[in-house]
Amino acid sequence: MRREIYRFDRYFYFFLKGVAICLPLLLIGIGGFLLNASLPSIHQFGFDFLGTKIWDPARDNYGILAFVFGTLISSLIAILIAAPLSIFTALFLTEVASRRLQKSASFIIEMLAAIPSVVYGLWGIYVLAPFLRVYVEPFLGKTLGFLPLFQGPSYGVGMLAAGIILSIMIIPTITAVTKEVFLSIPNSYREAAMALGATRWEVIKMAVIKTGSAGILGAVILGLGRALGETMAVTMVIGNRSDISISLFAPGQSMSSVIANEYSEATSSLHISALLEIGLVLFLITFFINSLARVFVWRASLRGSTR
Amino acid sequence: MFRNLTLTILMVMSLMVVSAWAKNVSITGAGATFPYPIYSKWFSEFQKIHPDAQIDYQSIGSGGGIRQFAEGTIDFGATDAPMTDEQNAKVSALHIPTVMGAVVVTYNLKGVATGLKLTGSIVADIFLGKITKWNDPKILEINPGLKLPDLAIMVAHRSDGSGTTGIFTDYLVKVSASWKEKVGHGTAVNWPAGLGGKGNEGVTGLVKQTPGSIGYVELIYAENNKLPYATIKNKAGIFVDPSMKSVSAAAAASLKTMPEDFRISITDAESKDAYPISGFTYLLVHPKMEGAKGKTLVKFLEWAISDGQKYAEELFYAPLPKEMIGKVEKSIKSIQVK
Amino acid sequence: MSSLSEQMEHTFRLRNLKSYCMLAMIVLAFVVSALPLFAVFAHIIKLGFSALNFDFFTKLPAPVGESGGGLANALLGTAILVGIASVIGIPWGVSIGIYLSEYGKSKTASVVRFCVDMLVSIPSIVVGLFIYELIVIPMKGFSANAGGVALSILMIPTIARTTEEILKLIPAHVREAGLGLGIPRWKVTLFIIVRGSLMPISTGVILAISRVAGETAPLLFTALSSRFWFDGFNKPIASLSVQIFNYAISPFEDWQSQAWGGALLLVLFVFVVNLSVRILLLRTNTSKGKQI
Repeated sequence: MRREIYRFDRYFYFFLKGVAICLPLLLIGIGGFLLNASLPSIHQFGFDFLGTKIWDPARDNYGILAFVFGTLISSLIAILIAAPLSIFTALFLTEVASRRLQKSASFIIEMLAAIPSVVYGLWGIYVLAPFLRVYVEPFLGKTLGFLPLFQGPSYGVGMLAAGIILSIMIIPTITAVTKEVFLSIPNSYREAAMALGATRWEVIKMAVIKTGSAGILGAVILGLGRALGETMAVTMVIGNRSDISISLFAPGQSMSSVIANEYSEATSSLHISALLEIGLVLFLITFFINSLARVFVWRASLRGSTR
Repeated sequence: MFRNLTLTILMVMSLMVVSAWAKNVSITGAGATFPYPIYSKWFSEFQKIHPDAQIDYQSIGSGGGIRQFAEGTIDFGATDAPMTDEQNAKVSALHIPTVMGAVVVTYNLKGVATGLKLTGSIVADIFLGKITKWNDPKILEINPGLKLPDLAIMVAHRSDGSGTTGIFTDYLVKVSASWKEKVGHGTAVNWPAGLGGKGNEGVTGLVKQTPGSIGYVELIYAENNKLPYATIKNKAGIFVDPSMKSVSAAAAASLKTMPEDFRISITDAESKDAYPISGFTYLLVHPKMEGAKGKTLVKFLEWAISDGQKYAEELFYAPLPKEMIGKVEKSIKSIQVK
Repeated sequence: MSSLSEQMEHTFRLRNLKSYCMLAMIVLAFVVSALPLFAVFAHIIKLGFSALNFDFFTKLPAPVGESGGGLANALLGTAILVGIASVIGIPWGVSIGIYLSEYGKSKTASVVRFCVDMLVSIPSIVVGLFIYELIVIPMKGFSANAGGVALSILMIPTIARTTEEILKLIPAHVREAGLGLGIPRWKVTLFIIVRGSLMPISTGVILAISRVAGETAPLLFTALSSRFWFDGFNKPIASLSVQIFNYAISPFEDWQSQAWGGALLLVLFVFVVNLSVRILLLRTNTSKGKQI
């Protein structure tokens, strides 16, 4: 009789477990499908696929170095802009702002994450790109033009525009995680620093930033992961040109944007396979980056919880 | 909260059932952006005559039209670059030419609202990145009357697989040896210079927004957006404006050599009136189709090459040459509908 | 002989000055970070508001070159796509969340948790590729179903994660009390634990919905787009986000203006959802505070 009542418990458990296990299967399915579909291209090009920059659908010859470069550089620009801003913003939210201000300020930053990518792209095409073309890029060219980074004609759309849009999109990610890290730092750390006669900034530097450094690194890596996979906004402003150029004003192409542009229209089977291999590379990179971020954030939160 | 959610979902679903109840023949096609304006017009006009024929067309590019047609995900495809034998081996699609159009070299240059002249080799050099300034001696030489500024040329090209690119590169291969050697032709090529835009829409958008830019688009996209375009020197050595007349002249020159399946290139045609970057645009259909879809599509095709042709001119396309229509009709009649 | 104290005074002043400078930088950093939000809002309202007329909400898109028309089918399309995604994604996601919080100590659970984290950050375009090969090609056509499934894959991990986090907040003694009364575990889980957290879980679900409503990349290869009304689950379907993309890169001013209008609607939707969820959560939190 007793068992009768509780039998359903086991079904319930197995049901939940079964449903949950579908998720790893899904992930394996996606990875396996990408691998399987990119086999022709892997056979044909091997490691040269990653190391050459020629992407020539007319002659069925594919290498993705230019796209890897585009993805990395645009993400790097984004990180360079977003990381310091986000860390300081997180400091503002946790250490400086009053409780009331903190709530609305956090909401503003969270809203940045809620705006859809395609809307950022729209804004990028019609507001940011012309602004860069008319004001920012000529100015940079004039003042810093001796650096190869800031040479060449200003198009507006290009690497710089993509990097800026991406930075706006990852600020909320980095800020949110960094904020959690800072909040998990026990107050006694701050009090100890204060008792030593530290100024407010010194308290922040010693007790907050130093203690949370692993977590900050994790947050930045997480932001990087998001920037690497972003598609729509980047496709709309990066310029879509498969080439490697040192200048930030030059157009480029990222791994995700080349998929968005060419996948539904590629006709030769090798072209399709090559595009799917880009998907595979992207999948593996984000997988790796996010695992890495997890390790850092996990460590930081572990330290926080052992207070 | 959940109850509200379920209620909304239920309402949406019932709405779907109701709307699906009205039995329409819905046909999905996709492909070339080049003829999108006229197809869009045709489908909406055709629906006025046959209210139950709901034909949807998505302009995703000719490459997309060929690919998705071959994959079987759409009912008909559209392309400006005829399928290669290799592409057609699996599906053996019927190519139905619908209209002709011109690919124009459009530009955005303050003070030069009209009258820019270009030759094939100059166009090739610009798109190869060899000519980088508007006041390059080669351009100045054939445009003595124009004040061309010392401004960088911003090249805009397609980022997707495109029949417009197919026609354009087919022309450049014929007129420039170094283009043939370095780039070649196809619906998607490895561009040596410039920015990429998605679709004729995207390239037009880029040119419109960027001073000093040059790009290639279907005539109507330049006309609709009041963008100037260059006159191009044809094979006979005459600078020709793209127009319905000059495109028709290019087609007329090729009528004698027209193959049975209409897959022909009419770029760089011999005639002295011909605009050199012209091309046919095709619908891709299966030679065997089933049921209501097939019947409607055949009806549409017959309408398009007869009554539909009158819409071509106002949208800056050239209608099919009269001599060809009989042949095309025969080809449509050969479609078997079960 | 006040040199030592003078020196200390001096360095103290310097340190204080530096402190104020850095604090000013911190405030500035926040202002700079928040600036894009206001810039985007301002432009969307300025350029989008004029596009929002009666036609926009009621009419189908006009053929190329003709002015007028609306995005009504895209609005409905997005609702349908999100509906399909919800039907699949909500039960699935919530179940995984329950599993992770209630049976979360096993090895399987930690593997599942890892996969949730990985799926949250998988590029959405990769999901689009996957669904194209998995559904679109075998089913011989772009379809609302394919688009909905793609969106649901993006929804599941978010919902699973928030559900897990919410359920974990419930103290262990609540579970123990239930089990101690001899109530079967599944009943305790469903009718005490989950029911008690229905409110925060549904807010998490709504946030997930608002996030996928703006997704574009996975729809390009799955739902495609359409110029007509919804016409069946196995037919291509229009969506607001794809329509914004197509119109944004078009050269026609009418379309661009409608893209801004669509963007305004999308952002307003997201904004209202986020704001109301926040207010709701705030209210439940304070009422709980009073009870304790």
